[in-house]
Amino acid sequence: MLINQFLLLGAVLFCIGVYGVIARRNAVMVLMSIELILNSVNINLLAFALRNGSVDGHIFALYIIAVAAAEVGVGLALVLLVYRNRRSIAVDELSEMKG
Amino acid sequence: MVAASEVAAEALKSGWFLENAWIIPIIPAVAFALIIFFGKRMPMKGSEFGVLSMLASLVLAAGAGYQWIQRVNAAGEEQYIDPVIRSWTWWDSGGFSFTIGQHIDGLSLTVLVVVAFISSLVQIYSLEYLRGDRRYTHFFAALTLFSAGMMNMVIADNMIQLILGWEIMGLCSFMLIGHWWEDGANSRAALKAFFTTRTGDIGLLVGTSILFFSANSWTQEHLGVSGFSIRGLSAWALSGNPSSTAITMGAVALFVACIGKSGQFPLHTWLPDAMAGPTPVSSLLHSSTMVVAGVFLVARIYPVFFEGMNVYGTSMNMITLIGGITIVIAAALAFVQNDIKKVLAYSTVSQLGYMMMGLGAGAWLPAVFHIFTHAFFKACLFLGAGSVSHSGSHHSFDMKKDMGGLRKYMPITFATWVISTLALCGVFPLSGFFSKDEIIDNVGYAGYNAFMIVGLVGAFMTAAYMTRATYLTFFGTPRGAAAGEHHDDGHDAHGHDDDHDEHGHDEHDSHDAHASHGPHESNALITVPLIILATLAIGAGLLNAVPFGERWENMKKWVEPRGVVVGDADHAAAGHSKYVVPVAALQAEGHYDSPCGKETPEAGVCYAPQLKHAPFKWSKAALSMAIVFAGIILSWLVSVQLYTKKAGALVGLTKRNKLLAGGYAFLVNKYYLDALYEKVIVHGIAHPIARGAYWINQNIIDGIVNAFGIVTRKVAGWVYRNVDQRVVDGAVNGSGAVARGTGGALRPVQSGKVNQYGALLFAAAAVAGLVLIIINT
Repeated sequence: MLINQFLLLGAVLFCIGVYGVIARRNAVMVLMSIELILNSVNINLLAFALRNGSVDGHIFALYIIAVAAAEVGVGLALVLLVYRNRRSIAVDELSEMKG
Repeated sequence: MVAASEVAAEALKSGWFLENAWIIPIIPAVAFALIIFFGKRMPMKGSEFGVLSMLASLVLAAGAGYQWIQRVNAAGEEQYIDPVIRSWTWWDSGGFSFTIGQHIDGLSLTVLVVVAFISSLVQIYSLEYLRGDRRYTHFFAALTLFSAGMMNMVIADNMIQLILGWEIMGLCSFMLIGHWWEDGANSRAALKAFFTTRTGDIGLLVGTSILFFSANSWTQEHLGVSGFSIRGLSAWALSGNPSSTAITMGAVALFVACIGKSGQFPLHTWLPDAMAGPTPVSSLLHSSTMVVAGVFLVARIYPVFFEGMNVYGTSMNMITLIGGITIVIAAALAFVQNDIKKVLAYSTVSQLGYMMMGLGAGAWLPAVFHIFTHAFFKACLFLGAGSVSHSGSHHSFDMKKDMGGLRKYMPITFATWVISTLALCGVFPLSGFFSKDEIIDNVGYAGYNAFMIVGLVGAFMTAAYMTRATYLTFFGTPRGAAAGEHHDDGHDAHGHDDDHDEHGHDEHDSHDAHASHGPHESNALITVPLIILATLAIGAGLLNAVPFGERWENMKKWVEPRGVVVGDADHAAAGHSKYVVPVAALQAEGHYDSPCGKETPEAGVCYAPQLKHAPFKWSKAALSMAIVFAGIILSWLVSVQLYTKKAGALVGLTKRNKLLAGGYAFLVNKYYLDALYEKVIVHGIAHPIARGAYWINQNIIDGIVNAFGIVTRKVAGWVYRNVDQRVVDGAVNGSGAVARGTGGALRPVQSGKVNQYGALLFAAAAVAGLVLIIINT
């Protein structure tokens, strides 16, 4: 089986995700971009799992999906709190951590 | 092989439209993508994609329907009409291949044509109804995807594909009901619809799993298809192979899903709230698509329910019981509604009860025919209600406050409404008569006598509450907005009306001008769909006009799967079952008596049980007609006294009489089911969990943290005195200077901008990746 297409798809998704994390102002968009990155990783894991004929990659991907769900839950809760406090979820306005 | 199979059956006719029916749901799915990506740039804001895709689907569905009729007509009298099945591998997993494909037979084509037809009309109607809406493009996108989901479910050849369509519909109904989500009530209604149907969907997954694990080995061995396949499940259910526990559990679990989706008691509570969506959505969801899905599922794998519920062996089973309860309680609720759309919503719930009751009592064909006819007149009624609110009552749906006397101003809407109302009541010779009366008749014929009475009571109530709604809307004296009053805050009873004003017309001020010159008829984009639907509400019944003799029973011939033993088991296992061979030869004299559904076929398989049909009697029809007219006349008299003459004996009776007041409060509060679900069940489950979590948090986790803190402080004190002060400080003071230097240099990096941190993170990761690659090569 040709694994290139899968890896290519993973890479493209990863790049879209990275672009989103860096360039997007909307915090929800950033969270969604992180999802994209995680899923590109999943695709890679599955592609290699299929090539090697082992089931480890599948299981790992399932774990990632579960953890990603939790991550989004926490992330959205953060966004919600930020929104309540500032009436805005633009991440570039959140510069309290400026050193 | 069986001797009789030597009677070679000729190949069934097929055609391009039948073989390629799988394209039908693909078209709207593609149109959905086009609307999402290019809709906003198009001259008609994307609605052209939606309307065109629906019309294209309609053409394909109609072509397939025509070819199916030819196929049936060309086949022998007692020949089994093989559905046109095609399937492709969807995905492979663990050596098992999940398929996707089409299962085209009379049932799926009937529903397919209805869905495509109603969707087309609803989209055309929405062009006018939602003109200038803020999310016009997204509305059409969701509407189109919704139809795609329904069509996908209808043509599904296996349960997994069916679930896919089912869930697409669930999602789109959420989007459409909450279309005007700025209003909290609307988004709550959307959530309620979604969660309530999800509750039922648990049953769908459980039931599908149960059936798969019970049926898979049998279907693989005998038919070469998986245990998800609809054809396989049908044959398996009638094969005598399934254990009665497994098939009963599977049927019950699947029926729970149908209860949720089709708004049956006790999960019907979402359906009236779903009226918060725009009227075209209500019309589409509650006439032909969403709510019919549950009924369709029962009809689709009917053998499973037939065996699991022992349809011909009892005088009461779960399906008839739920259906019967639904008919009566929903009809009773329709009496206390002031919102015209809610009356129609409860009417839908009640009619779905009829369909379910019919299916539960073996009246498969009348139930499916009722899906067909009900779609037309109920869509017409909903669109008529929309027309009234759009042009007659200034976007209010409140019959008591803002309507009355509209028949003079809106003659077309009025005429179509009355025709559809009579069809819904089942007045001869409109379409509702031929389906509803058949259900009631067949339910009694199959031995479910109690439920026949329930059906007649339901028919009486239907006639009465529809007369009440018609009277309040179109007769009597005009009130509120219908009398030309312009009020800004008058109709708060229905949350989204004001919203609609706001969103619907902020770009179209001229359009809103009609409020100033009172009610008037809607324009052609609204009335033409109404007229088409009303025409069908009159004529659709003739497709299966049982009273006129067997020659008129076309639906029975074209749609009902024939309960014939089929000997294609071995052919199919070899992978090519283009046509099938009836095992028993046509008996020369008398009616062919099929064992399907009664006993285990000795050789070959059955795909459908042999169903009974009640012989038509004019006396029974006259009885139900009399009941319907009694309902209409009684309700008319009471309405005139109550709403126009304000007769002292009747007005306020529900307040004066304790018993009636109690009953009224019981109905207005919808049997307190909402309160039960939200206060008792949701709180009962969610609150203890929350309290338990809080207790654990306060006592256990905090305790650990506190203990850890105390220990840490003690250790830290010792370390501070001995290590820190003496050893470290010296070093630190030296390094402090260094750190301050580097800190100053690195300070610009700490910009506080999260994106920048992200960029740094990825840059670092990239560098690390490069290093890894270099090291490894």
